[in-house]
Amino acid sequence: MTALAAETPSRASTVQKVVSRGGVEAWLVEDYAIPLIALEFAFKGGATQDPIGKPGAATLLSGLLDEGAGAYDSEGFHRALDDDAIEMSFSADRDILTGRMQSLSRNSARAFALLQLAVTEARLDADSFERVVSQIVASLKSEANDPDFVAGRSLRALAYPNHPYGQPVRGELSTLPILTRANLIEMRAATFARDNLKIAAVGAIDAATLAGHLDEVFGRLPEEPSLNLVVPAVFFGTGTRHVDRIDVPQSAIRFGREGLARTDPDFVPAMVVNHILGGGIFSARLFREVREKRGLAYSVYSRLVTYDHAAMLYGGTSTKNERAAESMAVIEKEISSLSDFGPTEEELDKAKKYLIGSYALRFDTSTKIAGQLVHLQSEGYGVEYLDERNRLIAAVTMEDAERASKRLFGDTKLLVTVAGNPEGV
Amino acid sequence: MSFGKTATAREGVSLNPSAQGQGKPVGPAITQAKLANGLDIVVIPDRRAPVVTHMVWYRNGSADDPPGKSGIAHFLEHLMFKGTKANPRGKFSELVADLGGQENAFTSNDYTAYFQRVAKEHLGICMEYEADRMKNLVLTDDVVGPERDVVLEERRMRTDSDPSNQLNEAVQAALFTQHPYGKPIIGWSHEIEGLERADALAYYDRFYTPENAILVVAGDVDPKDVIGLAEKYYGPVPARGEPPNRFRPREPEPRAHRLVTLFDEKVEQPSHQSVFLVPSYKSAAPGEAEALEVLAHLLGGGQTSLLFKTLVMDGKLAVAAGAHYQGTAVDATRFYVFAVPAKGVGLAAIDAAVDAAIARVASLGVNEPELRRAKTRLVAEAVYAQDNQATLAHWYGASLASGLSLADIAQWPERIEAVTPDGVKKAALWLDKRRSVTGFLLPAESHPASTDTDAIHSLAL
Repeated sequence: MTALAAETPSRASTVQKVVSRGGVEAWLVEDYAIPLIALEFAFKGGATQDPIGKPGAATLLSGLLDEGAGAYDSEGFHRALDDDAIEMSFSADRDILTGRMQSLSRNSARAFALLQLAVTEARLDADSFERVVSQIVASLKSEANDPDFVAGRSLRALAYPNHPYGQPVRGELSTLPILTRANLIEMRAATFARDNLKIAAVGAIDAATLAGHLDEVFGRLPEEPSLNLVVPAVFFGTGTRHVDRIDVPQSAIRFGREGLARTDPDFVPAMVVNHILGGGIFSARLFREVREKRGLAYSVYSRLVTYDHAAMLYGGTSTKNERAAESMAVIEKEISSLSDFGPTEEELDKAKKYLIGSYALRFDTSTKIAGQLVHLQSEGYGVEYLDERNRLIAAVTMEDAERASKRLFGDTKLLVTVAGNPEGV
Repeated sequence: MSFGKTATAREGVSLNPSAQGQGKPVGPAITQAKLANGLDIVVIPDRRAPVVTHMVWYRNGSADDPPGKSGIAHFLEHLMFKGTKANPRGKFSELVADLGGQENAFTSNDYTAYFQRVAKEHLGICMEYEADRMKNLVLTDDVVGPERDVVLEERRMRTDSDPSNQLNEAVQAALFTQHPYGKPIIGWSHEIEGLERADALAYYDRFYTPENAILVVAGDVDPKDVIGLAEKYYGPVPARGEPPNRFRPREPEPRAHRLVTLFDEKVEQPSHQSVFLVPSYKSAAPGEAEALEVLAHLLGGGQTSLLFKTLVMDGKLAVAAGAHYQGTAVDATRFYVFAVPAKGVGLAAIDAAVDAAIARVASLGVNEPELRRAKTRLVAEAVYAQDNQATLAHWYGASLASGLSLADIAQWPERIEAVTPDGVKKAALWLDKRRSVTGFLLPAESHPASTDTDAIHSLAL
């Protein structure tokens, strides 16, 4: 099976590092098969930079970037995008604010010009500001009693009290109204900087042309960001359970505990072990035991969440109220078993094969490739990781997997949150 | 920013590829073939990555569920993963996982599809297994029981815990008074509970035949090789004669507007939707479906659309508004309009504003620059779709399984280009209130006769 990793042609060699005259760097995969360009970029910061007591600022800022810029008001900007069928969107996450742009190659000059306006000259007009706040409020209200949303929110709030990771990325009904335009202007000035920026482009564009556009869009940004310090977040609440009562027939369950950081030497073995527990395929232990054998749930999973300043094992399922306790017991038993005994040889072998083989499926569209390349840069990897990643997985031994299981599942205690009307929880 | 949450149920896929978030093909050279046993084959080349998407589509979906057995198409889709004599339960899934592949399946109103995405050299093994389960499925009661529970949990997750999806279900049931599109794809709970092994096998025997299937392969492949592999693996599946007949009673001409209201204490954000009974790409007169597609875009496709402009930007009545045409369907289908009211605005005011916007298009039509912009967007989606082989495979499969031809797909951009202002104006006549069901999602406390509902009773006249 190690042959699998070796046979894969070098993906890193398809990536060009482009540095503009002004010093803006991007990773480029040049491909003319389809007359399209996909661009993705991310500024470090994201929701961790929301003002204290005002979560939602980064989300609101991202929502306003295409709502009027330069000479265009909101409607004018959207009309300009429509006229040339340009796709542009912005979103905020825990640690980053991301922009995505897609254009037919014949319209790319126009697309970059509009992107420049959004990145550096978004107007943040009062009427757009109010409208986007009201849209976020409406989306929060729509989910207010959605069990999945409630259980996930409670888990993060209990795991990371007094830390930005415990706050909702989109803010809260009580905090959105107190956000001001000045908050957003300050956040933009602090986080939209060249040293803070990762970019990838894929498609029908050459390095020289891209370099020119990089300077056009990002060249006038300040060099240095001024980010607020984010302290490492420790996972709290392990060993406790929390129930949010909602009158629904099914309980949404979320569970978590401290995970392993991306930079931890055992991170790759932990990734393999988590895949064995609850990776998204039919042969994962949780899928087999919770769904296949017992019919307890439609969906059950676990994953390793790695933020810049925290790491957690996170998972969930949804089971009818009467069987919520049984589902949780089955999940805990599998975690215990992995902690005590580690995986079997066959499980380890199969997990490695899957993780190695499926990596290619993350690189079969321009937008997916651009997303992967920005993701790697944001997480601090070099381009060589594109080839190294599968070799690292192939090298995981049973000893590594057992050690990682012990570290990942440890005393097997979990923080569990349930939203619904569970019996016996 | 775009406001993602819509009040409408978008199930399955549409001839307009934008319904999947991506566009449609104009570029790749498509190969079509048919095996002696009746299996249709479509090959879509995408040579950029050494990956292949292998799909088998069956021309049957929830609308073919026998009366009293709603959910059987979807339940069988789950049971198709329970193995055959040659490949006992779990064997193929483990193999696909070992190959680093992905697999899944889905059910819609008019079709059921199974797929794997793997490195291109593994196409043959996927075909071998998919052909095997086309005729050799083994079901025992000990796998049927737990899987029925899984489906009931799926329903609890998607619908029974979510008032907005319960409303969607009620709106569909009201729109289709006798056509089976009114039944939920997943089925009604009480009928799912009664589905047995024998029901699944009877349905399987009726529909899982080569004549009823379409093989779609997209990716880094040579069409000749694909057809050769298909002959080898699917060729031996015996023909059954004619493809199964889909009998769907036609919907009568709707005469009365219907209002469906769901009050629930879990609702904190009210919403409005109207769903109109309109022709599909398959059932429409030439050019009519394309005009409805353009109309949906002009009326509610993004922030430059008429509904967004009048309800959100100018009227400040709503925080979101949009429209969507579910054109890919065998029979008469749905045109959705939705809005999320701004704080303090009643749904009656929203409803009146939606009616006014529709009436304006129907009487005044649209201007050339607006039409030009809508067409540019729609036709560009055809190019964007080429970036994603899975999107292409999906799109071709859904279109063919809904009774359209490759020519229909190929000509889609030019037919969109050919839509005239007058055509859009005529299409808007389909959005006659009498052809529609309006759905109101409201908090429980608003339940007794609030000003909202009073006003609507008069509107409903």
